[in-house]
Amino acid sequence: MHALAPYRAAFASRFLLVMQYRSAALAGFVTQCWWGGLKVMILAAFYGASAAPAPITLTQAITYTWLSQGLLTLLPWMSDPEVSAAVRTGGVTYDRLRPVDAYAFWFVRSAGWTAARVIPRAALMLSFAGVVLPLLGLSEWGWQPPADLIAMLGFAASMLLALLLSTAMMMLINIITLATLTDRGAIAMTVPLVITLSGNLLPLALFPDWLQTALLMQPFSGVLDIPVRIYMGNLVGAGVLLGLGLQLFWTVAVIALGRFTMSRALRRLEVQGG
Amino acid sequence: MSGLRLWLHFAAVSIKSQAQYPTSAVLLTVGQLLTTVVEIVAVWALFDRFGSVHGWTFAEVAVFYGLVHVMFALSGLCTHAVEGVGTEFLRTGTFDRLLLRPRTVILQLIGHDFRLSRLGRFTQGMIVLVIGAQYVGIEWSLGDVLMMLWAVAGGMALFFGIVVLQGAVSFWTIESLEVANVLTYGGVQAAQYPLSLYNDWLRGVLTFVVPLACVAYYPILTLLDRPDPLGAPAWFGYVAPLAGFVFAALSFIAWRAGVRHYTSAGS
Repeated sequence: MHALAPYRAAFASRFLLVMQYRSAALAGFVTQCWWGGLKVMILAAFYGASAAPAPITLTQAITYTWLSQGLLTLLPWMSDPEVSAAVRTGGVTYDRLRPVDAYAFWFVRSAGWTAARVIPRAALMLSFAGVVLPLLGLSEWGWQPPADLIAMLGFAASMLLALLLSTAMMMLINIITLATLTDRGAIAMTVPLVITLSGNLLPLALFPDWLQTALLMQPFSGVLDIPVRIYMGNLVGAGVLLGLGLQLFWTVAVIALGRFTMSRALRRLEVQGG
Repeated sequence: MSGLRLWLHFAAVSIKSQAQYPTSAVLLTVGQLLTTVVEIVAVWALFDRFGSVHGWTFAEVAVFYGLVHVMFALSGLCTHAVEGVGTEFLRTGTFDRLLLRPRTVILQLIGHDFRLSRLGRFTQGMIVLVIGAQYVGIEWSLGDVLMMLWAVAGGMALFFGIVVLQGAVSFWTIESLEVANVLTYGGVQAAQYPLSLYNDWLRGVLTFVVPLACVAYYPILTLLDRPDPLGAPAWFGYVAPLAGFVFAALSFIAWRAGVRHYTSAGS
């Protein structure tokens, strides 16, 4: 256990630090409520105007929308700002001098950053869409509870894997930042990819039927779509295990890729600043 | 040096500085293109699954979508520094420097960061607009083209006005409020669908408060020769884009009040 202590400390300190910035969460929250409300209205217009059967009900699509707004900061679309600042200022040398595994050290810090941003935002969104909207008599527009107890437990496990997978993907962006010295280009490329393929843009189930298998198998479904499907009871029984298995597989694969590319990037690192 | 020449000079300097990181600039532009492409993919997926919505077809909605993105992209070319004035200029105190120069602050700000990457969004919006109009069967008479240019001008004024208002607020908050994205990006999102999809209060907001419907929905109804399902007269499409300019003018009044309120925060 002693060997893990520095990583645990790095995670905890980052988590507690970011937790201090609660007003940022509040500002983001307003934006996400508006965004979610707009999406719900558009979905309702499409569902209301059509008799065609849909793979998920409008109620499920609405819950999906609120969940994906609440979990917005879980999506791996940018580099860890601390890492990109370290790269720009030359602070990366300090990180290199620490007697810890470079990948694992950045990984836990990024995970702490992400977790601290997701938790207050998700809680705010849940209280708005899951409590305030039903109290206002708008429960059919709100965030519904999970399908059943098994769905709830599966969702909890799936969220943990989603955090690991998302951090592993964020590490790839960190490594691109390390190699190219700026994260702007990498962010510009990953945002559209992540938004679409995670299900944030539109629940993946609503894409055409012939795309469904491919959409489930690709790595980004693991950061949002799979947990939400488990929550809604859209993936049940063996489906839950398949979903968790996919998440686990991609997490391991992306970490392996990250470790490999990071060791290469560090070998030819040019330190900035002075 | 006239204001326009000075602005062109500012923009040229900004473009040159972006060219120092060519890979990043290209990736940013492609990224902007992709970001907007995925949005039309979502619209397509919904139409693919549900057929049509309240009598609107995918091609018609594509015209809305394309037009709104074209306006937003064009105004976004030069508004980045106005948007970030709170964090980048007020908090750091560098705003004082802008005030000391013998030119209006807005002129200096719109030349400060000329975002070439917005051309990615513009390109995509233009392609969707042209293809959508093709499928809808718009002939593009001179009147149609003028109508579109007028709507785009109104839309640029409106988006510019929103950003100026966002900048004006930051004179009091001393930081750039991301909540304003609700009006810019959120507005784009809202205006890319026909107004008749929304419920009453949102229609009211989009017509009378942030008049996005006036620069997109009503002009396009006129272009498509469709009667308004909500009952606005046909001539309204011709005058509606004016609302964008009115919004921009009001935003400038707020901006000037903000500049008068300004006290330096730097050291």
